[in-house]
Amino acid sequence: MVALSENVALAARPEVARRGPSPLGDRIFRFAALASALLVLLVLAGILASIAYGGWPAFQAFGPGFLVSSAWNVGREEYGALVAIIGTLVSALLALVIGVPISLGIAIYLTQLCPGWARRPVAMTIELLAAVPSIIYGMWGLFIFAPLFARFVQIPVSNVVEGLPIVGTLFYAQVPSGVGVLTAGIILAIMIVPFVASITRDMLDQIPTVLRESSYGIGCTTWEVVRYVLIPQASVSIIGAIMLGLGRALGETMAVTFVIGNANRLSASIFDPGSTIASRIANEFNEADGMQLNALMALGCILFVVTFIVLIIARLLVRRAKVA
Amino acid sequence: MNASPAAVSGPAETASPRPAPQAWGRVRAGRRSADKILIIGCTAATALGAIVLGSILIMLIIEGIRGFSPALFTQVTPGPGSEGGGIANAILGSLVMTVLGIVVATPVGVLAGTYLAEYGRTSHLANLIRFLNDILLSAPSILIGLFVYTLMVRPMGGYSGWAGGVALAIIATPVIVRTTEDMLRLVPGPLREAGVALGAPYSIVIRNVTWRAAQSGIVTGVLLALARIAGETAPLLFTALNNNSWFNANLMGGVANLPVMIYQFALSPYENWRQLAWAGALLITVTILGLSIVARFILSGPKGR
Repeated sequence: MVALSENVALAARPEVARRGPSPLGDRIFRFAALASALLVLLVLAGILASIAYGGWPAFQAFGPGFLVSSAWNVGREEYGALVAIIGTLVSALLALVIGVPISLGIAIYLTQLCPGWARRPVAMTIELLAAVPSIIYGMWGLFIFAPLFARFVQIPVSNVVEGLPIVGTLFYAQVPSGVGVLTAGIILAIMIVPFVASITRDMLDQIPTVLRESSYGIGCTTWEVVRYVLIPQASVSIIGAIMLGLGRALGETMAVTFVIGNANRLSASIFDPGSTIASRIANEFNEADGMQLNALMALGCILFVVTFIVLIIARLLVRRAKVA
Repeated sequence: MNASPAAVSGPAETASPRPAPQAWGRVRAGRRSADKILIIGCTAATALGAIVLGSILIMLIIEGIRGFSPALFTQVTPGPGSEGGGIANAILGSLVMTVLGIVVATPVGVLAGTYLAEYGRTSHLANLIRFLNDILLSAPSILIGLFVYTLMVRPMGGYSGWAGGVALAIIATPVIVRTTEDMLRLVPGPLREAGVALGAPYSIVIRNVTWRAAQSGIVTGVLLALARIAGETAPLLFTALNNNSWFNANLMGGVANLPVMIYQFALSPYENWRQLAWAGALLITVTILGLSIVARFILSGPKGR
């Protein structure tokens, strides 16, 4: 009797399960999730397609010469990308040269030197730097930083180097107004610092404490621990973090538009105004039509390709380090 | 080989009462100064970051507070050369487009993050999407503006608040996808197994168990996305542009918004325009920093993690 009743109960169980919520809702939910995820792919493809489509006439009209021509003449419909490309690369590289040591310093301070009670407020301060909108950095750069920079750096340095070979051209400001490629580089450096610093800090935090403790145990100083133990351990992901910062610096628009001076000429001096791809698009796009619009789209296309290569390398480096 | 500290202190060892070695007593000068330089350099770098943030805030407060008046919140932006005015239309336009962006981005972002964490996991497709989402996360926002211009502004025949909202949604989505996935992954597997063992279909388990467990994390992601798009200027430049009056109820035509207003007014020759730009800048920065701080406190509060 007992065995029989158990058999009955077992047979009845699947019936109960089948009367549960309909599998249709389950399938719809799963499909919605998949569709949303695919939308991300679609948007990225759409960005590339739309910019390439818009820039195609310019690439066709000017050919490969578009990349190496410094002409930008709306009246004569002659366009070249060289000035903007050089401005973008130089300002981004200056940002790295200035920003990376500061970022590493902050990351090392936060993980190694900072007393425990101050760690959270200090980390919060640095993270808030990342939340400040780009346009506010632009205003700060133009109205606060640029006048100080002109007075205490550009004018004295220009006076000293005037007439000297090489440095006399590289660091001579014709109009010491404070705006220029170097100013843009400095503002960009401040903007990428919180990103590079927070990734580097996370990576340094992941290094097993045992490594650090044993190096202190054999008598290393903090500098030796950082230089010979921590930095080599985290080097791959630090390079990834730097590339991520580079990606941001290349595409940054509003802050650069405020402080770079928006000049369309090649200048050998980093104190002189210039322009970047993003600043030129921001400045001219709304008034542009015809070939100028296509040329700006073509600039956007170049920016897309360069930034995405940099970001892909960055993500690969950071990811590989995380898995390892 | 440098002279070892032992050799230097050799003669002193014969004298019996030797002063106790100081913390740095036996360390070579080169190592000592390298260490000092590191500590000073790192502290200076951190101080520099704090000084920049402080100086930005002080600048905004000094310049912006003067522009605060009731008119700021009741009047529209003035035309070129005219007196007074406020930024009520820009505040409302920013609110409308930001809310539009978040309303579009939140369901898409949460669902996509759910797909990555719950369904796709380590499949090739999920890995690809995760990778591209990370790239979209740091893509230059001006390119997103160009994309939406081609996608919406040109076919629709003009600037519109809808295009602005879509551009902001595209920027917000990757942030939400990323945080949602990270937070769902922190939910322990046994919770899901327990839900499935009760006979619930997986979609119900996700909605009633994992989402609920990761609730505060997901909300944080949405707040961070909100903070990110509230100050975005570049994508709005080509999509919503600006407008010195109230915008149309159907959001067609230029829609005034704070970031583009700040950009145009800050560089203008009119004193009252610049004053309004500073007031707007203070307003927007305080809002964004407040949102970021709230988001972080939710995450680190008792319910987080």
